[in-house]
Amino acid sequence: MNSRFFVFLVPLVVIAAFWLMANRESKLAHDPTHKSFFERNGTVLGTVFILLVAFWALFLVTLPYLYMVVESFHPRLPPLKRGGPEDYLTLEQYKSFFVQPSDNSWNTTHLWGFFFTIAASVAVTVLNFAICYPLAYYMAQAGSIQKVRLIMLGLIVPYWVNEILRAFSLRLLLASKGLINQMLMWLGITDAPVDFLANNTGLYVGLSYAYLLVMIFPLYNAIESLDKNQIEAARDLGAPWWKIHRDVVIPYAKPGIASGCTMVFMLSAGSLAAPLFLGGPNTLWFTAIVYDFFFQAFNWPRGAAYAFILLAACIAFVMLMLRLFKVSLGETIR
Amino acid sequence: MSAGVELDHVTVRFGQFTAVDNANLDIKSGEFFSFLGPSGCGKTTILRTVSGFLDPSEGKVKIGGQDMAGIGPNQRPTALIFQNLALFPLMTVAENITYGLRVRGVDKTARMKKADELLHLIALPGQGKKLVGELSGGQKQRVAIARALAVRPKVLLLDEPLSALDLKLRQHMRTELRSIQRQVGITFIYITHDQGEALTMSDRVAVMSDGVIEQVGDGKAVYDRPETAFVASFVGENNPFMGKVSKATKDGVAVDTEFGPLRGGNPKGLKVGDRAILFVRPELFKLGKGSAGAALSSRVKSVAFEGNITNLFLNGAAKKDIALSIGRHGSADIPGQGEKATINYDPSYAVALPEGKMARE
Ligand SMILES: Nc1ncnc2c1ncn2[C@@H]1O[C@H](COP(=O)(O)OP(=O)(O)OP(=O)(O)O)[C@@H](O)[C@H]1O
Ligand SMILES: [Mg+2]
Repeated sequence: MNSRFFVFLVPLVVIAAFWLMANRESKLAHDPTHKSFFERNGTVLGTVFILLVAFWALFLVTLPYLYMVVESFHPRLPPLKRGGPEDYLTLEQYKSFFVQPSDNSWNTTHLWGFFFTIAASVAVTVLNFAICYPLAYYMAQAGSIQKVRLIMLGLIVPYWVNEILRAFSLRLLLASKGLINQMLMWLGITDAPVDFLANNTGLYVGLSYAYLLVMIFPLYNAIESLDKNQIEAARDLGAPWWKIHRDVVIPYAKPGIASGCTMVFMLSAGSLAAPLFLGGPNTLWFTAIVYDFFFQAFNWPRGAAYAFILLAACIAFVMLMLRLFKVSLGETIR
Repeated sequence: MSAGVELDHVTVRFGQFTAVDNANLDIKSGEFFSFLGPSGCGKTTILRTVSGFLDPSEGKVKIGGQDMAGIGPNQRPTALIFQNLALFPLMTVAENITYGLRVRGVDKTARMKKADELLHLIALPGQGKKLVGELSGGQKQRVAIARALAVRPKVLLLDEPLSALDLKLRQHMRTELRSIQRQVGITFIYITHDQGEALTMSDRVAVMSDGVIEQVGDGKAVYDRPETAFVASFVGENNPFMGKVSKATKDGVAVDTEFGPLRGGNPKGLKVGDRAILFVRPELFKLGKGSAGAALSSRVKSVAFEGNITNLFLNGAAKKDIALSIGRHGSADIPGQGEKATINYDPSYAVALPEGKMARE
């Protein structure tokens, strides 16, 4: 029996779970007049609802990933041999991330790519926060309505331009003979052009800019609902501006900060275009490795395993950070 | 330590709009001083100017004799209690109270000691560990006061701090505030649009209207000797009678009203022919004929028995009622609805003032 068929058991399990939930719902309600799911919707309609939700949960959310999970536990085989005797469950794809299958030495290239991706994503997140917090604070609390509208427009309109065009124009700007280097040399700050692309400045700038809005809107939302009087009360009690932010604004905006940082971190760790166009020649972004496994080497099992390693690591990292800063997951999606 | 506050010809403008117009005041150290006025008259603006959140467009604010120009709110010896309290919801009661000390670098043990002390003062001992959200309205109120007092201000500024409370609690907090003020002995500047609050608590009251300070004085002066038509109509109930001055001497005038000539005091030196409003308070009226020029008659529109007093409303001029309240001793022969009633008053308590803006009903 092919272990891949295990995937097709899942639909039955999911439907059964929804069915059970619908039946148990009325027993859980404390209100005696509460009607159960089927009483409310009728048996036919209730069944249709359950099937629709199950379809959505399965085909759009669960199954694609599940198929990849299953794939990642298999050896790489030509299509003809799939389901044959050589198609067994194995951890070798995951192992290959740590040690090279060819000579059993440490897989330094991929490990380095992995840690670089995580570290660079953290750096991008921090940089992004540093840029967005003052801006969001200004928009939410300090600026006049007209100015805030103008800033919003200035932030949003550039996103109408597609990502690749944006990345390339940034590349032109930062190139050795690009505008910025010409300016620097003309001003006499440097003699030789700075290679912004090789030292990954381009990568950081590009990624930060790509996810600016993702950071700024949660921050803006969180700070905007803060009562101005709280800020003034702190000021009146003698707090200098940075203590007001430390003690009043940031604790209040913490869920928004967590939500923005989580999204920016996840998106940069998983981004493909910006690292490809703006990274230096020696920069190996982890998603590029995954991409190559899928589309260059046609090694789907290993690509899937790598993708899941990245996903698991990112989730673990975010959970750790939320724990550290005492934010619950629920708060970040408020 | 306490300090006086001096407003030296202070004007505050927002663009073209003048929110405070040439306020000139000397609030003494240790005084309980109130600003009283209708909504939007510029009370909060004055308070924010004193606390440093706004700069006067003209004039100077002095605290303890020192000009406050260029000194920010976090460096002034004032503490402000906000209209909505603005307690920090993510901090405990004790953390709220000692926040001002924390930003000044006071160490934790000293802070906790101060918190205990203040929690005793506001009658919430042992409640320091609660979150602000777990307190009742009145308790929050007191925590806000403690938080402001913790930084040992020389002047405490209170912006309608009782407006969110229900009537009973409000009356209770009035006495409490007054007693806290006596205990700490610092200047309180209190803002309210509730005249009962202003009159019962304050040493002196400034009555404001549209950014202008109309009159400053103790409660009795403001109530008994109003200087403008606005003050007379805003502070307490009053019956206005409009007309022209027909006779004027140093200590009294007669105003020709729809009910004939009526007499009253002349504090503003009205002359014959001036347009004037004569104000007679409801409790000044008595039933009966009385003396000439201090009596009128009209038909009774309605009678409202309120226990200790009975309120009568007679048909007045221009569809406005004349209100009078009769105490228990005079209540034997109160006329019924629709009957003709003759009433009189003691002219030495009535005042005639130049015609001017009146408070909206
Ligand atoms: N920042 C501002 N910009 C423009 N106008 C303002 C500003 N703040 C206050 N005003 C105007 O100044 C006037 C006085 O406002 P203020 O807040 O001092 O009133 P207030 O007496 O405290 O009223 P309330 O009893 O309703 O609190 C109002 O007409 C208000 O519209
Ligand atoms: Mg106000």
